[in-house]
Amino acid sequence: MGKYICKRLLWMIVIVLGTAFIIFTILYFTPGDPARVIAGGNATAADVENMRHIMGLDRSYWVQLRDFLYHSFLKLDLGNSWVYNKPVMAELLIRLPRTFIIGLSAMALNLTAGLLMGIFAATHEGRWQDSLTMAIAMVFVSCPDFWVALMMILLFSAKLGWLPAYGIGGPQYYIMPIICSALGGIAVNARQTRASMLGVFREDYITTARAKGQRERYVVTKHMFPNALMPIITSIGSGFARIVAGSAVIESVFSVPGIGLYLLTAINSRDYPVVRACVLFFAIFTAVVMLLVDLVYAFVDPRIKAKYSSVRRRTKK
Amino acid sequence: MMMQKRDLQKTSLLTETFQRIWDNAGARAGVILLAVIVLACLGAPAIAPYGLNDMDIQNMFRGPSLKHICGTDAMGRDLFSRLLYGGRYSLALGFCAAVFGASVGIVIGCVAGYCGGRIETIIMRFLDIWSSLPSMLLCILISATLGAGFFNTVLALAVGNVPNGARLIRGQILSEVSKEYLEAAESINCSKLSIMFRHLLPNVISPLIVDATMGIGMTITMAAALSYIGLGVQPPTPEWGAMLADARTHILNYPYLIMFPGLVIALTVLAINLIGDGLRDAMDPKLRK
Repeated sequence: MGKYICKRLLWMIVIVLGTAFIIFTILYFTPGDPARVIAGGNATAADVENMRHIMGLDRSYWVQLRDFLYHSFLKLDLGNSWVYNKPVMAELLIRLPRTFIIGLSAMALNLTAGLLMGIFAATHEGRWQDSLTMAIAMVFVSCPDFWVALMMILLFSAKLGWLPAYGIGGPQYYIMPIICSALGGIAVNARQTRASMLGVFREDYITTARAKGQRERYVVTKHMFPNALMPIITSIGSGFARIVAGSAVIESVFSVPGIGLYLLTAINSRDYPVVRACVLFFAIFTAVVMLLVDLVYAFVDPRIKAKYSSVRRRTKK
Repeated sequence: MMMQKRDLQKTSLLTETFQRIWDNAGARAGVILLAVIVLACLGAPAIAPYGLNDMDIQNMFRGPSLKHICGTDAMGRDLFSRLLYGGRYSLALGFCAAVFGASVGIVIGCVAGYCGGRIETIIMRFLDIWSSLPSMLLCILISATLGAGFFNTVLALAVGNVPNGARLIRGQILSEVSKEYLEAAESINCSKLSIMFRHLLPNVISPLIVDATMGIGMTITMAAALSYIGLGVQPPTPEWGAMLADARTHILNYPYLIMFPGLVIALTVLAINLIGDGLRDAMDPKLRK
């Protein structure tokens, strides 16, 4: 197992570096001069040139890239925001918990609700409960999450006045963003769970378990569910990536001052250090979750475990 | 004689697939719904009761009524007409981006799967890095880089679809690569390109068709989200997401301005997803006789 973890860790580092390279390159070749934007509308050509020098934009691509990688990864310094001239790292740390809470809670909600719906549908296959659950999942997966967010604001904030519509504060501020972030994923998970539960439904060992006279609930939880879990675990990673990326839009709808909203404002004001930092954060966040998912998968799947555990042949006594 | 026989089989497979979709109640509803939406959008100039930019300052913010089915917006433009015209953008965006992304994915996946060896390793590792950024995030970045506009948005939306398609095709090819017909094609000296795209591809493409169909729906949602946050297609254009962005400030006073565009997006995506589900069942080799 140790070897497998090492291999995955190394690969994660490569992925994060690769992302850093890609994001830097994309921004470098973005048309438009950030110095001109930062210097302001009525700056002279000399002012802009001066600004470029201060911002270090007059250096070559490779020098800038090396500088960026060196500062971000070895000195853990993400630079200063060009617009506010404050350290990006400090701002990121303030915003971090909000995005974390929304992302991880949405993930938890996504998994529990999705699994329950999927199991419920699969155990009632062909009956009205199955059709109803799957119809709900179909509607969830088809509605744009940011539109659902707007509709929820309309209903729960404007009409009923139960929940605050925007900003951040106590726990009640998190309810709607979490639900909206999780909605699409719940549907995907429910469908996946149902499909994979039905996949093991007709396996011989299920028939065997039933033939032994085991109680139905026991058959479902002990025999079917663990075997149906594999494809579900693989889809956790992509589900999480979806939530993380969606958080930018959701945060913008609810005006949650998290990292997603930070990224969007920075893109609009061409504040590249902030953009790079936010994208790096998202990349690392996703990579870590993917790593955990892979490790859980390896732990659950005896085939991967066997591949990396030291081979001990059984010897005859 | 041979030719005739082949044609016969070809059409029968297609009609069979379509028959299966039609037999599936959900998918049939999807086909009808999507057909209505697409026809309405294509026929917008004939169907729409008002012009795309006909402003009527006296009738701003009129709620839904017989005269304006979906009401009018901040400039007195008829919302229903704008929805019809806007559908052209949204549908075209979703379709072009999904097809474009899937095509690039097919080429990459075919090369990786068929060539194997070092080329495959390099391509797959590259795809890993490519898809390490969530596709919506990548889409936001590329859209910001390329700027607004239809084709730039198509490109930005397509980029996120590529790795998935490539992986899918490669996986399919790996399970197909040791089959006899490929050996036969190699033995009669077919070129690599011809083997890849004429012999291998038709046998592995059906999961990708399902995937791309579902992708159209997801891409329409993504395009709308992109316009909503101010990237992609911009407000004067009646793209559905852009209309939502436009109406954002009026949400509390005139909620119908937000309700209708979102509802139309949801219905369209629902129709496409239903068709995708039906298509998956129809193309499932396990169910095929």
